[in-house]
Amino acid sequence: MTNEWAIEAHGLVKDFGEQRAVDHVDLNVAPGIVYGVLGPNGAGKTTTIRMLATLLGIDEGEARIFGHDVVKDAHRVRQLIGVTGQYASVDETLTARENLDIFCRLQGLTGKAIRAKGDELLESFGLTEAANKPLSKFSGGMRRRLDLAASLIARPPLIFLDEPTTGLDPRTRSQMWDTIRELVSAGSTVLLTTQYLDEADQLADRIAVIDTGRVVAEGTADELKALVGTSALQVTLAETADADEASKLIASITGGEATLSPESRRVNAPLSDTGVVTDVLVALRERGIAVTELSLQKPSLDEVFLTITGHTAEPTTDSDTEESAA
Amino acid sequence: MSVVTTAAVAPGFDRDLPRHVSLRQTWRDSMIMARRSLVKMRRTPEQLIDVTLQPIIFTVMFTYIFGGAIAGDVQSYLPLFIPGILVQTVLTGASAAGTNLREDMDKGVFDRFKSLPIARIAPLSGALTGDLVRYLIAGVITFVMAFVMGYRPEGGLFGVTMTMLLVMACAWALSWIFALVGVSMKSARGVQGIAFLILFPLTFLSSAFVPTETMPGWLQAFVKVNPVTHIISAARDLCNYGTFGTDGWLALGGAALVIAIFAPLTVRKYRTHT
Repeated sequence: MTNEWAIEAHGLVKDFGEQRAVDHVDLNVAPGIVYGVLGPNGAGKTTTIRMLATLLGIDEGEARIFGHDVVKDAHRVRQLIGVTGQYASVDETLTARENLDIFCRLQGLTGKAIRAKGDELLESFGLTEAANKPLSKFSGGMRRRLDLAASLIARPPLIFLDEPTTGLDPRTRSQMWDTIRELVSAGSTVLLTTQYLDEADQLADRIAVIDTGRVVAEGTADELKALVGTSALQVTLAETADADEASKLIASITGGEATLSPESRRVNAPLSDTGVVTDVLVALRERGIAVTELSLQKPSLDEVFLTITGHTAEPTTDSDTEESAA
Repeated sequence: MSVVTTAAVAPGFDRDLPRHVSLRQTWRDSMIMARRSLVKMRRTPEQLIDVTLQPIIFTVMFTYIFGGAIAGDVQSYLPLFIPGILVQTVLTGASAAGTNLREDMDKGVFDRFKSLPIARIAPLSGALTGDLVRYLIAGVITFVMAFVMGYRPEGGLFGVTMTMLLVMACAWALSWIFALVGVSMKSARGVQGIAFLILFPLTFLSSAFVPTETMPGWLQAFVKVNPVTHIISAARDLCNYGTFGTDGWLALGGAALVIAIFAPLTVRKYRTHT
């Protein structure tokens, strides 16, 4: 079994003084996927990533990266990973090119390959024009891109991304998502932490929900949503006039409540058995009520998180640091 | 940021990976890190202010304060003073190593250094090696000031060059003491305080300014084992006579001993310190 997982962690524990930041975390991450670690600020996400990335000692438990122990074989592990932290780990006083130049050299590149790699990365991350500006003139998004570029020099098969989109504007965020998808399609495995439920939902093939240092749920987004149990039916009507009749009809078939959306053309109804959708459609047709759109939605991860942990996951303040005690 | 790269990433399993960093790579990584220091100096030249102004002020100040009091005739005592002031000035420059390291380590870039498959010592040894440029600047300015004040070293250009090399090598060695303070303490301010407490006894409890015979016996005992005393004596020999003797060897031996003790301690502290 040891040689199957990109990441394999058993019973990871980390204490900061009296406080237990990570409390017996188990993770198994298959190669070639995006694995999301989802949790609120202070849940232990960053600490877990730092332990897996050889940046922080492990108090209890053990972890392997592609079969190599992160403590005993740290040098080998470091040859297989790329790490992009929550705060840009690049040199503020240097330019983007100077940064990449140093990191390329440290990764063993020599001669013309240094310049070529730098050009390639600057180009693919849209930083060519800013290449010779000092980082103090960079926006948060540009810094984050350079940081990720620096992590990709050695084409690592495993990439750790600690809250890669926190603090980014929506456009930059979706660019980052595209980049992450490209990395995986090229064959890398990505472990990312996030506080955003939609990010985990959109990107991650599997998700571990982490709260107060423990993994409280693990599975695909669908599996996690299934934990909450119900789906929701949404019917958009052609005529507003049908709204009342349709909602009463739907409620009687689904056996629950049906709510009208503010513009009164959309009926929402929770569903425990998805099989009744056909009955609803047949009944609507018999009454001559025209439908323009119909959808069956699983509950959002927000509801999942709330159900599992008893509180919401959305961050209170975006830039809050997690476990800065390190 | 489209098209990260189209080529496939090699799988992480079954790679033939070295388990340890080789000596060759350690050297290479350290040199790359030293290069980084130099690029940083070029980008932020203000960090060279101390090593530029200090030798000007120290040379004039110490020569006239101590020279007048001890020797009466400043000119004839320049050969005695200048090597002492040189060593003190360069070591003062070295004492900033801890503070600089601490400030650097507090920035995110050190996280990346830690996650890279490079020698653990490289970010430290590289930074200290880059500092050699600072020592060179401090040394050259000290000699220029001395020349302006009338100092004509008998050892000639050869003696002066050899003095510079010796002092720079010893400063590099002693800077590991300050590096240890830098990686051990939490704040740059704290590092600076401790660095001063180390620097002062090290430079003043030496033969730099006053004849050691005037000191009480227990102090003389310390002055004798203080590596700085031997560095100064060796610098005097080289500057004034162009010779390299016992003091030179003792200075180099002391420097090697300091590296042997403090470099491993510093690396260990750096590894365990999050």
